[in-house]
Formats: sequence, structure tokens, C-alpha cells
Amino acid sequence: MTVSRPGWFGVLLVAALTVALLFLTLPIVAIFVDTGPLDLVASLGEEGALEALRLSLLCSAAALAVIVLVGTPAAYLLATRRFHGRAAIVTLVELPLVLPPAVAGIGLLAALGPNGVLGGLIEDAGIQLVLTTAGVILALTFVAAPFYLRQAQAGFEAVETTWLDASRTLGAGEARTFLRVAIPAAGPGLIAGFALAWGRALGEFGATLMFAGSFRGITQTVPLAIYERFSTDFTGALALSAVLVAISGALLLSVKLLSGSAWLGGAAR
Amino acid sequence: MLRVEAATRLGAFTLDVALEVPAGACLALAGPSGAGKTSVLRVVAGLVRPERGRVACGEEVWLDTERRIDVAPERRRCGYVFQEYALFAHLRAWQNVAYPLRGMDRAERRRRAHELLERFGVAHLADARPRTLSGGERQRVAVARALARRPAALLLDEPLSALDTRSRAAGGRALSAVLAEAGVPTLLVTHDFTEAALLGDRVGVIDGGRVIQQGTAAELAASPASAFVADFTGAVVLTGTARPGDDGLTVVALDGGGTVLSTEPGEGRVAVSVYPWEIALAPAGTARSGSAQNHLAVQVVSVTAVGNRVRAGLAAPQPLTAELSDASSHELDLTPGAPVVATWKAAATRLLRL
Repeated sequence: MTVSRPGWFGVLLVAALTVALLFLTLPIVAIFVDTGPLDLVASLGEEGALEALRLSLLCSAAALAVIVLVGTPAAYLLATRRFHGRAAIVTLVELPLVLPPAVAGIGLLAALGPNGVLGGLIEDAGIQLVLTTAGVILALTFVAAPFYLRQAQAGFEAVETTWLDASRTLGAGEARTFLRVAIPAAGPGLIAGFALAWGRALGEFGATLMFAGSFRGITQTVPLAIYERFSTDFTGALALSAVLVAISGALLLSVKLLSGSAWLGGAAR
Repeated sequence: MLRVEAATRLGAFTLDVALEVPAGACLALAGPSGAGKTSVLRVVAGLVRPERGRVACGEEVWLDTERRIDVAPERRRCGYVFQEYALFAHLRAWQNVAYPLRGMDRAERRRRAHELLERFGVAHLADARPRTLSGGERQRVAVARALARRPAALLLDEPLSALDTRSRAAGGRALSAVLAEAGVPTLLVTHDFTEAALLGDRVGVIDGGRVIQQGTAAELAASPASAFVADFTGAVVLTGTARPGDDGLTVVALDGGGTVLSTEPGEGRVAVSVYPWEIALAPAGTARSGSAQNHLAVQVVSVTAVGNRVRAGLAAPQPLTAELSDASSHELDLTPGAPVVATWKAAATRLLRL
């Protein structure tokens, strides 16, 4: 038996991955190394920390609910119909992906702020968005939605069109076909999009700060709370960061497990 | 009775067909890929709307472009078996079959699905996922699913092509039995004339979006309307019972009389196929000569000129077709009713187990 010796190119690949891995994990590892478990628990007891956490989970969950409810059918339309201007619409929907968060915040203010394009309309309806919890949800939705839309569209595009046709000939209308065949078959893509969007929403900072501000208990999510503490209480900021890393990590892991499990794994492959 | 008329542009060519399939009969549309076969099925199922057309099944009108009738696919009661079967991978076999069953509770749907799977001999696979099934098993589940809603018409797209050669014959036989039992008009498309001949009561040869000729498989092979049909119809198919003979040859007793030899192994029920151009004709009573092992006394039924060749439809008594040059046809003085001897080599005789 011969064992092939790794060539210089193989060594290069391994080296590149090692550098990337070290660089990407070092800050995360550092957060946990710097924070003792006791500090972590203690900082959570501090005023505002639990509140920020509660707000982050609540707002991101609300944003994700909106994104999934509206985004799933929208992505299905983009994936299964061919029409004029489709490419332009896809690009427009993806635009917020490359938008700097500060620009997103300014844009939201210009559109929905008191002096914004739709500001008067919203005021007349008696809705307060700026500097409110609703504003946070709005900002998170705006920033996170494209992540879900993109993945969901790709997921639906991977579903065999004959499955949709088969469903129709088996007596299911368009809506039933969407619910019973397209969504389960696109499951892995939808879940991946869900995880990406939620991760993005949990970490959102810039747009929230500009559009909703940073008020404890009302608009101060975990990233904003971390930023506020950072100048006065570095350990506290570190502890909150550790919590956010843990939550995001758990989210990523559970999605990997879920989409790898048997009931969805083979759907589109 | 299923009546289909459709005319529509489809990419590079125009689909223009008019078909009728009586209840309980199977019309097999055979043609090369890209001939528009699948489009015909999609028009009938309502998955594509032709520019002009009419589709009616019994009393129900499913499509009439003139009267602006276009019934949605889910309300057309078509049992459609797709190429590659299109089983839902996220559902178990029984759930696939139960998918079209509505208006009953889960236990009842499950019971009905099991009954159907039982009928196709795959009840033991009820809880399996489609991707763990073999081609033949998938085909049965797909046919069971298509029949679950008691369709008014059956549409089959290349029902045997996803099967390996070994299970194709068994799959075809099982399918024939199902079609006979369903008692509804069946439209089947295939690129394989032999498959069309085995499964269809009648065969339509389709090319470039048009049905060039319709008839029984024997009629098409014996008197093709064009050189394309002649080439496409290819092999003649006879049925019989095989047993091993002397010299390593297989002896096949043909249904209806006559015996032929083949170099291919086989036992039990078989389909014998031979190309028309492999068959030579000689005047009746000619002494055996040459290397051909097969000599059948046959009667000429029809004589059709196809380009510079002549196709002779023969009764053996099963329908058999020979192709010969114009000159030798004149020499033999082939006329309907004349007795001749058909000869061909055992090596040109292929066997397909049924």
C-alpha cells in the first residue's frame, strides 16, 4: 500500500484553512476566556441585562414571524413564475443585503420617520414607530428579510417542478400544493434562511440605533446594551457578548441538526 | 371516451394533434424525444394550455378554448404517472398514495392507501421512503397513487423507462393488467415502439408535434405510412413460450402456431423480436437452404411501398413484417393472400422474458 505524500499545494490549503479558522474563532474564544462563569451569571443579574435579552428575543422573534409569513409566499412566487422584471425584483429584494446598517437606518427614517415619505400617513393612523419597540421590530425585519428571501427562493427553485404538477393532478389546488409539497420539499432551504435571518436580526445594531434609539427596556437590544456598557463596564459588556455568542451558536447548531435529520434531509436531494 | 384536439406553438415546432381513446382502451403514442409526446399529456392534464384545443372525457369538457372553458388540473380527474414517477420524497409510500384521498380521517386514508398498495403487491413497503425503493417498486407506488382518486382517464409518461431491463418486462406485464382492470381511457407515451406495441391496443407514431399514423402495432409495422414510421416501428414482436433446445439454441412455440429458434437464452413466456429487414421471403414450398434456421409458412396480408423498399405484412398467424427491395418483391409477385415462407437467422431473433 502506498500513502501519497501531500504536495506543496495540499500544505498550502491546510495552512490557509488554519489561518482562517484561528482568525475567526480567536475573538469568540477570547470572550469566553476573559469571562469567568461567575462574572457571566453576575452580569446577567445586573439591571438592564435581562431586559435587553428579553427585548432581543422578543423583537427578533416578531421580526422573523413577519419575515416568514410574508417572505415564504413571496419567495415561492419568485422561484416558480417567470415574468417580465423578475430579475430586477430579485435584485431589489437583495439590495438590503449589501446596504451598510447606518444607511438602512437613515433610509427607514426617511421613509417612515415623522418627516418621512410615509410619516404623515403613519402618524394619522396613530402608529408610533420611531424610538419604540415596534420600530426595533421594523428595523430588524428590514435588515434580516433579504437573508430569508434569498435562501427560501433557492430552496423553492430546487424543488422538482414535476412534484408540483403531480400534486395538482392528484387533486390539490395551488394553495394546497404550496403547503403540502413545496414547503416540506424546500424545508432545508427555508430552515437555513430562517437561521441566517435570525442570526442577523439578533446581531442588528446600526439600523436599530438610528431608527429606534437605545432606551433600556424599550429599544435597547443586547447589541445596543453591549455598546452602552463597553465604555464603562468592559466585563459586563464581555459577559453579555458571551450570552449572545451562546445563543447564536445554539441557533446555528440546532438548525444544522434539524436540516440534517431524516425527515427533511432527503427532501430535495 | 377521451377526445383530445390541440394546436399550439411549442418552442421550435407546432403541436397539432387530434386523438380519440375509447373507455378501457390504451392508445400508445410513440415517437422520438422532442416529438411533443409529453406535451400532449400535459394538455390533457391541464398543466399547459394550448392556443387552440378541446379536451373532453366522457360527458365532461375539460378544455374548450373557443368556449373559454379551462378546468383546473386538480379538478380534471386525470391519473397521471410521470416519467421518473415524481413521488414526494418527504412522504412515505403510503402517504404518497393517500395524498389524493380527501374528506376522510387519517385512519381511513391509511387503510385505503394500504389496500391500493396491496393490490400492486407492495403493501410491505408502505412505510418506506421513495428514495429507498427500486425503480419497479416506485412505478407500482406511482400507479397506485394515480389510481387512488378513481381517475376518469389515465396518462402514462414513459412508464417503463425508469426500470432496468430485467424488471421492464415484469413491469410492463403488471401495467397491462392494471390498464385492463381500470376500464378508463389510457393515453401512454413512449420513445420505444416495442413498449408501445406491448402496452397499447393502438399505437400512434408522433413526430414533430404531429401524429403521423395510427393503428395497431402490427398494422403500423406492416404498412407504414412513411419512411419515418417504417424506421421507427423497427422490430416486430411475437409472443410465445420458450424452452431450451438442442445445440444451445432456444425453441419458442409461438402463440397461434409455428416455432422459431433463437441464439438467446430464455424459458417460459417470452416476446420474440426481429427486425423486418432481417426477414427474407421465399415462394411457398421452397426447400430449406442457406444459414437461416427459422422457416415459417406465412400468408401475405398487405404490401406497402416505403421509398425504394417494400414492407410486407404477413400472418404467421401472428402479425409479422418483412422488408425487402422493390425488385425482389416483384420477383416473388407478392399479393395479399399469397402463401410464402419467411426465413431468418436464429442469431437475429431476440428474446425478451415476459
